[in-house]
Amino acid sequence: MTAHSFALPVIIFTTFWGLIGIAGPWFVPKGPNRGVIITMLVATAVCCYLFWLIAILAQMNPLFGPQLKNETIWYVRFLWE
Amino acid sequence: MSHSVTVSQPETMGSMFRSEEVALVQLFLPTAAAYTCVGQLGELGLVEFRDLNASVSAFQRRFTVDIRRCEELEKTFTFLQEQVQRAGLALPPPEGRLPAPPPRDLLRIQEETERLAQELRDVQGNRQALRTQLHQLQLHSAVLHQDQGPPLAAALTDGPSSERTPLLPPHEGPHQHLRVNFVAGAVEPHKAAALERLLWRACRGFLIASFRETERPLEDPLTGEPVTWMTFLISYWGEQIGQKIRKITDCFHCHTFPFLEEEAARQGALQQLQQQSQELQEVLRETEWFLSQVLGQVQQLLPPGQVQVCKMKAVYLALNQCSLSSTHKCLIAEAWCATQDLPTLQQALHSSSSEAGVSAVAHRIACRDMPPTLIRTNRFTASFQGIVDAYGVGCYQEVNPAPYTIITFPFLFAVMFGDVGHGLLMFLFALAMVLAENQPAVKTAQNEIWQTFFGGRYLLLLMGLFSVYTGFIYNECFSRATTIFSSGWSVAAMANQSGWSDTFLSQHPLLTLDPNVTGVFLGPYPFGIDPVWSLATNHLSFLNSFKMKMSVILGVTHMAFGVLLGVFNHVHFGQGHRLLLETLPELIFLLGLFGYLVFLVVYKWLRVSAAGAASAPSILIHFINMFLFSRSPTNRPLFAGQDQDEDKAGLLDSPGASEKGWSSDEEKAGCAGDEAAELAASEVLMHQAIHTIEFCLGCISNTASYLRLWALSLAHAQLSEVLWAMVMRVGLRMCGEVGVAAVALVPIFAAFAVMTVAILLVMEGLSAFLHALRLHWVEFQNKFYAGTGYKLSPFTFAIQEE
Repeated sequence: MTAHSFALPVIIFTTFWGLIGIAGPWFVPKGPNRGVIITMLVATAVCCYLFWLIAILAQMNPLFGPQLKNETIWYVRFLWE
Repeated sequence: MSHSVTVSQPETMGSMFRSEEVALVQLFLPTAAAYTCVGQLGELGLVEFRDLNASVSAFQRRFTVDIRRCEELEKTFTFLQEQVQRAGLALPPPEGRLPAPPPRDLLRIQEETERLAQELRDVQGNRQALRTQLHQLQLHSAVLHQDQGPPLAAALTDGPSSERTPLLPPHEGPHQHLRVNFVAGAVEPHKAAALERLLWRACRGFLIASFRETERPLEDPLTGEPVTWMTFLISYWGEQIGQKIRKITDCFHCHTFPFLEEEAARQGALQQLQQQSQELQEVLRETEWFLSQVLGQVQQLLPPGQVQVCKMKAVYLALNQCSLSSTHKCLIAEAWCATQDLPTLQQALHSSSSEAGVSAVAHRIACRDMPPTLIRTNRFTASFQGIVDAYGVGCYQEVNPAPYTIITFPFLFAVMFGDVGHGLLMFLFALAMVLAENQPAVKTAQNEIWQTFFGGRYLLLLMGLFSVYTGFIYNECFSRATTIFSSGWSVAAMANQSGWSDTFLSQHPLLTLDPNVTGVFLGPYPFGIDPVWSLATNHLSFLNSFKMKMSVILGVTHMAFGVLLGVFNHVHFGQGHRLLLETLPELIFLLGLFGYLVFLVVYKWLRVSAAGAASAPSILIHFINMFLFSRSPTNRPLFAGQDQDEDKAGLLDSPGASEKGWSSDEEKAGCAGDEAAELAASEVLMHQAIHTIEFCLGCISNTASYLRLWALSLAHAQLSEVLWAMVMRVGLRMCGEVGVAAVALVPIFAAFAVMTVAILLVMEGLSAFLHALRLHWVEFQNKFYAGTGYKLSPFTFAIQEE
């Protein structure tokens, strides 16, 4: 099993949603809908980034682990290696 | 999502941030050109007229006579339309642009319509009479036809022949010279039995009656449906019996016809009847042809006529709202018009009144009333603006929550609905509707349920899209988790280091992975919830904690955003003092308490690890103690000095709350245009005290209300899980021959699909929709939105043209 780093996903996703939410508004073409589209981009970036962040922060330091049935252990023990 | 009239000029769509500037204009329309001007304004749909004659009753207004004429014409139109529809023809939709006709044309339309209506009535009357006549003839010939079998009573008069044996023994005595008479006629079949019984009871033994159905059903002249009649032939002897029989048949509304005894005479009569009926049918055919001609004329005249008269009536109704100037030379009208549209308005007035010598003018006047709200939307933003307006139309130039709702509403829906499979189905359904939106079959569908879904197709599209995203984060696809990345929990490491041999495992049905053991927990799953949790029996313990905290974080963020939007309102309306006296205390209270809670949550996530899990601090107890200014010795602090900080925060928030109460009494102006006299200071103070208490208690209850995000996502996940386990897994676990499982899976999958759509998509979808809507309407909008305005509903012919 490979260890999951914490820093790498944070960098990737922060950059991704940052591009959409902060850099994206600069590229919206001028037109009557410009304001609405910028609002949509920023709101999407904030909502989705926050949601992903909550999910990963909640799992960073687990206080307890999963309770598995013995059948599952038998199977997964060798499957996920 | 209803088909409301929107001011649809997409090329000039302004920002949705707040409603547009609307001005009150006064129009001077010269009497000669007033009708054309208002007609032109109706075509453009720019202005909303204000009723200047509100105190005058509808009967006393200036143009009432013209409106009456239009209404009478509409009644005639309705009659004609009914006739056309009854004949089974369709009215073609009107083509081209039909402006409101000038008043002199009304007479011409009226004459033509009256003429057609009269012709139609005449022709239909004739046709009816002809059909009734034909019906009588047909009945008569059927009655005469019915003597197919041996006429029983005729045997007596014809004398005994070799073929017919009299069924009745020839009587001796006085009966021998009695004549037998006949009554023949037709009766409706459901009365036949009653008639027969009554005849038998009344004239027992002195008559013989035979009933027979007509061979072919005859067309009823009134309804046009084929009806079978019963023909009867009664033979009787005796005058009194005859009278009784006639009375009875009259009572039953039977048609009686003379029945000639001689067969040859009957044949002659039959032939005559047939000839008459043929002639009649010829005439009837001609009448029908003429009727179809008239109906064709009606079809041509009616649709444009209806549109024109409708527009004319609308123009007169609008003109009735104008007042007459003192010189009686022009009409004065007051109307609301968007400032952006003022040049167009003046252009239109100028061009329509150019024939009359004097031109119509419009100029702005000041107003004290709150103007109507105008927000221009296109077909995408219309549904989102619609759900905001369903709660309340915004006050004039108040911040509009709709542009943010475009994203936050589907997002909060998706938090409660998160599943990749279900989200994908919803997205595809919405995509199909969006791609087919210009097809005429789709646009003209009348089904209301379909209209509702179709009107919200962009809403569904975004909801489906966000649900796919949250489904990936929750790691649920039809309740199954996916291992896109490898799991962060290593079962093998736990098993090896804890000595889980096969015998040990067989003795212990449930075992827990311990993150304290090295190598068991390898780091957080990079995108979403780790798939190992879907295999765990204690997955709810983890997920509940995660989702509850997530709900509180999202809720506090959403509400803080709402309070910040209020800043724009205060700045725009020039009420800077409200920034200091309302927004600031609100933010301090909200963030000081619940922002602190969010901080505690995140801090605990980051700093408390498995090593200290046994003595992990409980945020809930800390939070409660903060409110009660008390301590729990067994609950260790999260960070050094937490207790003192919480005491300070508690003390800070009370003055913050009370500061809101002292907001100054310039509040009496209210949300623009409050005409009431100066409110007493005590009233203002009361108002502010109520607002303060409402906000403080509301903060707590609203934050708790966001926990419905957790509750509904849990319900969805569990329903989805149960459906899979009880339906699909049963099919997939079938042992035995390969063919058996394959055949059984077909109905099982069908059941799974139907229940997924019905329960999980429709029912859960509606439920999540409703709760997301409530969160927006109540918890989000009560931080900044008043919603007590009214929409600008311009005078337009657009509805009539539908």
